[in-house]
Amino acid sequence: MVSRKGKTNGDAAAAAGAGTMERAVIDRDGLDALIAALQDDGYQVTGPAVRDGAIVPGRLATGADLPMGWTDSQSGGHYRLEQGDPDRMFDYVVGPQSWKASLYPAEQLLFTARRGEHGFTVDEPRIDAPRLAFFGVRPCDLAAIRTLDTVFEGGPFTDTRYQVRREGVFIVAVNCARSADTCFCASMGTGPKAAGGYDLALTEITAEGRTRFLIEAGSERARPILANLPQQPAGAKDVEAAETAVAKAAKAQTRAMVPEVEALLKRNLESPHWDQVGKRCLNCSNCTLVCPTCFCSTVEDRTSLDGHEAERRRRWDSCFTMDFSYVHGGSIRRESSSRYRQWMTHKLATWHDQFGMSGCVGCGRCIAWCPVGIDITEEARAIADSEGRK
Amino acid sequence: MGANGKNGNGRSNGNGNGHGNGKNGLSERPKLAVWKFSSCDGCQLSLLDCEDELLAVAEKVEIAYFLEATRAQVKGPYDISLVEGSISTPEDGKRIRKIRRQSKVLITIGACATAGGIQALRNFGRLYDYITAVYARPDYIDALASSTPISEHVPVDFELRGCPINKHQLLEVLNAFLNHRRPNIPTYSQCVECKRHGTVCVMVAKGTPCLGPVTQAGCGNLCPSCDRGCYGCFGPKETPNTSSLATWFGWQGMSQRDIRHVFRSFNAGAEAFRRESESHE
Ligand code: SF4
Ligand code: SF4
Ligand code: SF4
Repeated sequence: MVSRKGKTNGDAAAAAGAGTMERAVIDRDGLDALIAALQDDGYQVTGPAVRDGAIVPGRLATGADLPMGWTDSQSGGHYRLEQGDPDRMFDYVVGPQSWKASLYPAEQLLFTARRGEHGFTVDEPRIDAPRLAFFGVRPCDLAAIRTLDTVFEGGPFTDTRYQVRREGVFIVAVNCARSADTCFCASMGTGPKAAGGYDLALTEITAEGRTRFLIEAGSERARPILANLPQQPAGAKDVEAAETAVAKAAKAQTRAMVPEVEALLKRNLESPHWDQVGKRCLNCSNCTLVCPTCFCSTVEDRTSLDGHEAERRRRWDSCFTMDFSYVHGGSIRRESSSRYRQWMTHKLATWHDQFGMSGCVGCGRCIAWCPVGIDITEEARAIADSEGRK
Repeated sequence: MGANGKNGNGRSNGNGNGHGNGKNGLSERPKLAVWKFSSCDGCQLSLLDCEDELLAVAEKVEIAYFLEATRAQVKGPYDISLVEGSISTPEDGKRIRKIRRQSKVLITIGACATAGGIQALRNFGRLYDYITAVYARPDYIDALASSTPISEHVPVDFELRGCPINKHQLLEVLNAFLNHRRPNIPTYSQCVECKRHGTVCVMVAKGTPCLGPVTQAGCGNLCPSCDRGCYGCFGPKETPNTSSLATWFGWQGMSQRDIRHVFRSFNAGAEAFRRESESHE
């Protein structure tokens, strides 16, 4: 796990047990007050919103913008928003977009160049990133942000564009009291309870027919904000209710990653199973683009018609395109099976070599948003089973 | 200029956009011609639709032949020929050969020119049946039994897909040829565009059948962003896995007839779509 130097959002462990202001219970008006307080502090608050039949990040003006009463049903290649308990605020889980799009936009202008009398001049655009507050970050996505931090800032080179956007992001996490059928965070060790890396964490609890929220501070800068919210002290019963809710969500998970998947995949690079999944895979790239940790990009150069101006743009790319593995003379990964293998082994095995962690956080997006319902947990299991049959 | 032949729909090469050598030997103010074969004129209209940019293009090139825009005609040879439409009459076949001989660079534009167009639906039936059903005097009609892309008749330097083509892509291709570089025309799926734009997948979230996962991007994300499935206007993408998608459509309750029909529209004649539709006869 990376430590973000100079950042105030440390881990929850640091906050646990310290002082009086790290934990409270708030009502819905507390959520409103929290959003307002963040706005007063100059944050643009982004959180779950209903758009085009899914929960996607949107701008939150008040707590009334939150998708109260919604839930989702998810399975391989399937996502539907449904009406749930009208009083519940967070009974849906992750949708097709992740916070990746805010930290690392799908398209970025890197520079423009202009031809002059003597050579050419290059201009790099300034990054005008607003101060963002992410409201409603699920534990898997919190782990994904940690992963992106490692990728973009943890190595010898820092992606300054990422750094500028990431710097100072205020994170309000939401622990999951309900899992979708596609969730497998429990087996990846990333959820359904956030293990730090947030400023504030909410857990929705329903007690005596009333929906309320246990709120916990995970950083110094969150304490004064929490202190000013309309609240009641958190009793042992509230804490227990939150623990029970999260434990229930973990237990309800129907999918799990097979144990020791890293070693499993590494010794099965020639498994005949890759050809089977290759036949189903459309190499459409959806899985990589919805994945909150996939970070590959390509650059594209354009010129003006007269050839006097040029620009370079960076765009999200995917290991499922032919261009991705193109070297002089052709593409290296021509078969669908080899592209699927590249994706899955990178996520679950070689990511460990590269970054010392798993590239998968168990959010289940690639399962739901694969147009033909290919399931990374099922594929891993099939490979494990095929070993047993040998 | 190396007219390196077919750049067909069935291509599976990441370098499918390649057009031979870098310097294309075009003149100082290259002569541009726009030709029409069997088509609806929609792709030529995309060029007219460029408006402001068209003026910039007109400064860089001499528009030597473009009947849709002007009656003035300048004799060949031409540096760049844009060809719209498919070959569907014996006369078409002769004319395209003549144009090829007169053109340094020949770029086909649109589904008709690159895949045979909607009129290639006749390739699946009998020409005679259609002609007698439509025309009072079938004997006046001199048409070929099939409608085929230009690349089946002459070597083509670049194929720009779409029904109709996207004007930004057209400008990019002209720009690239004028600046001696490779055009930035991706061959990956429409889904990549959906995700980059943040469009919620209509197939997964609504159950709307969508050809996006097997279709080349290029339209600028038109249909899925309006809550519709992709109709496949830009033809098969690189390495299209149509059979897996068709199997999925079937599981979602689509009939064999409907599956056949989704693959039989503007790009019905494109190899991958043709084969898929025929396997649901
Ligand atoms: S696994 Fe699914 S989402 Fe990923 S490329 Fe293959 S078909 Fe597309
Ligand atoms: S690989 Fe799939 S489940 Fe894992 S983090 Fe990416 S999208 Fe989520
Ligand atoms: S709407 Fe269609 S093109 Fe877009 S992601 Fe979904 S399947 Fe792909």
